[in-house]
Amino acid sequence: MAADYSAEPILKVENLSQYFKVSRDFTVKAVDGVSFEIYPGEVYGLVGESGSGKSTIGRAVIRLYTPTAGKVSFKGREISGKLTNEARDELRTRMMMIFQDPMASLNPRKTVGDIIGEGLDIHKMYATKEERKEKIDNILKKVGLSPEHYNRYPHQFSGGQRQRVGIARALIMNPDLIIADECISALDVSIQAQVVNLLKDIQEETGSAYLFIAHDLSMVKYISDRIGVLHLGHLLETGTTDEIFANPVHPYTRSLISAIPLPNPEVEKKRVSETYDYYTSGIDYNVGSNHLIEGTHYVFGTDEEIARWTGKAGA
Amino acid sequence: MEEKDKILDIKDLDVSFRTSAGTVHALRGVNIDLYRGETVAIVGESGSGKSVSMKAAMGLLASNAVVNGGQILFRYKNEAGEIEEADILKKDKKWIRRNINGRHMAMVFQDPMTSLDPTMQIGKQITEGIIAHLGVSKKEAEERAKALLEEVGITDAEKRMRNYPHQLSGGMRQRVVIAIALSCDPDLLICDEPTTALDVTIQTMILNLILKVQKERGISVIYITHDLGVVAKVADYVNVMYAGKIVEVGNVNEVFYEPAHPYTWGLLSAMPDLETEDSRLYTIPGSPPNLLHEPKGDAFAARNEYALAIDEKEHPPMFKITETHSAATWLLDPRAPKVEMPEELKRRIERMRKEAE
Repeated sequence: MAADYSAEPILKVENLSQYFKVSRDFTVKAVDGVSFEIYPGEVYGLVGESGSGKSTIGRAVIRLYTPTAGKVSFKGREISGKLTNEARDELRTRMMMIFQDPMASLNPRKTVGDIIGEGLDIHKMYATKEERKEKIDNILKKVGLSPEHYNRYPHQFSGGQRQRVGIARALIMNPDLIIADECISALDVSIQAQVVNLLKDIQEETGSAYLFIAHDLSMVKYISDRIGVLHLGHLLETGTTDEIFANPVHPYTRSLISAIPLPNPEVEKKRVSETYDYYTSGIDYNVGSNHLIEGTHYVFGTDEEIARWTGKAGA
Repeated sequence: MEEKDKILDIKDLDVSFRTSAGTVHALRGVNIDLYRGETVAIVGESGSGKSVSMKAAMGLLASNAVVNGGQILFRYKNEAGEIEEADILKKDKKWIRRNINGRHMAMVFQDPMTSLDPTMQIGKQITEGIIAHLGVSKKEAEERAKALLEEVGITDAEKRMRNYPHQLSGGMRQRVVIAIALSCDPDLLICDEPTTALDVTIQTMILNLILKVQKERGISVIYITHDLGVVAKVADYVNVMYAGKIVEVGNVNEVFYEPAHPYTWGLLSAMPDLETEDSRLYTIPGSPPNLLHEPKGDAFAARNEYALAIDEKEHPPMFKITETHSAATWLLDPRAPKVEMPEELKRRIERMRKEAE
């Protein structure tokens, strides 16, 4: 699980913008100039409220969208412009995605074995039928299902098991980067913990990197090495998990962290959480630059804003 | 203190569903009490029966449901201000629809986009219930709707009345749903996962809003949720539900600081709190039982590392711990071996208590 920060970053996103043209004179700027890096074996958590563009980033990175501007490099190869055949093959086999709702992302008319094996079929990654079966059986065992589930259909599983199938489908290609887009939000609390532990175990074993997209900060804290906080398509604050949680600087991050309800009734009943409203805060995300707070902790804002926030945080 | 006024009394509620795969025994003897002005939270995993018990209380059970027994006594203030009592299970659907639903017992659902009519202006959706239940003129209903929207924190209410649901954000929509629920001045508000579909920051606002209207109007609230953080924030009493039974009940401090049932221990341990340094989350092994095949003995025994031999044979009764706190686990039987909650959880609770000081 140790992230290798001395190596080349496995994913490098520079000034990524993703706009959606709604009509002739209205364009949604879902993601606006976002830059971050993910190192081999690292878990990078992207958090933000709905509409902040976190899923859009995931989808743009894996090229479900064509980025409007900016550059995305995966293992040193640019994947944001027109894709060469080799780049596409590399992208489609080395980067995988786990989706939010396992019921919606698994084909109900295919057996679990065929769903998991689809990647192998397309990229012809086995010599014999037996080899294919063996690979799928192994991956089923790895995610905590059993080979006898091979011929079952998605509806025969519980929510947690279905998400395991989704994870198995991503893992069978042995990817270098897994994009997990809200992959635990649809699950029950006790099942969430099981899936998060599974993701952690797999990471320790295979050393793949994760882009973990979620809105639940407490889970993100648990799994991530570094975190990026996203709001309205702008990356506001990024740093290691400890840096962000010990010293949140941006008022949006502060409001997010203070809004997490704690399972402690005496404290929770008295607590007043910080509120943040972009439109009345007087902060403009279009002006400012990234400021280094400490270590790898960066906050986006103007010089004056940063001075004000850190002054308050340090007092 | 004066005698508290019991508003809802669910006794031994037993419900099963006929399905093509067989009979699903969804509720296996549920007891819930609620007093006026108080908040009760029902906690449990999906399929534990928390939504079914509230649907039963509202007389909204699906047509394949069979009530095997029990009582749901609901006491509400009628038009004259007198307390009236009704057994929901004995009344017919039409009567409940006209006299209880939306009038004395209102519900806020999980997803505001599916509980609002997308083709109807929100003003109309609020006045609909007011006109039907209170028999006031359209004009007066509109006045009331405007006041309600302001009460739930929607600015520019006059203009918003003519908006359609898709023109509002998720948080706004949930505010509208709450306004509709409050429109006939109910005695009891049932919130079924009211904030699960919302972001954390908006979640806090909605919870604070419900707390505010509850205080102002003195209504009782039932929360159905699986988020223990939400429970800690809003509830006076907590019912922990597992496989169609209440396994632990107590006031919020008792359940969070002195949990007695192994399932509650598991739920509390599985919650990632912001201080934990361990690299692994605690998980309750296995998954909830399928009530198509009713478990013999304690339904939780198969996932319980503290299970005793008797758990396989007989379901434990509720053992009383204090006047308000009881739990259904054989561990509380005087003959049972002394079992303490897991060390990790103990440390966590100690830390929580320190923070509270």
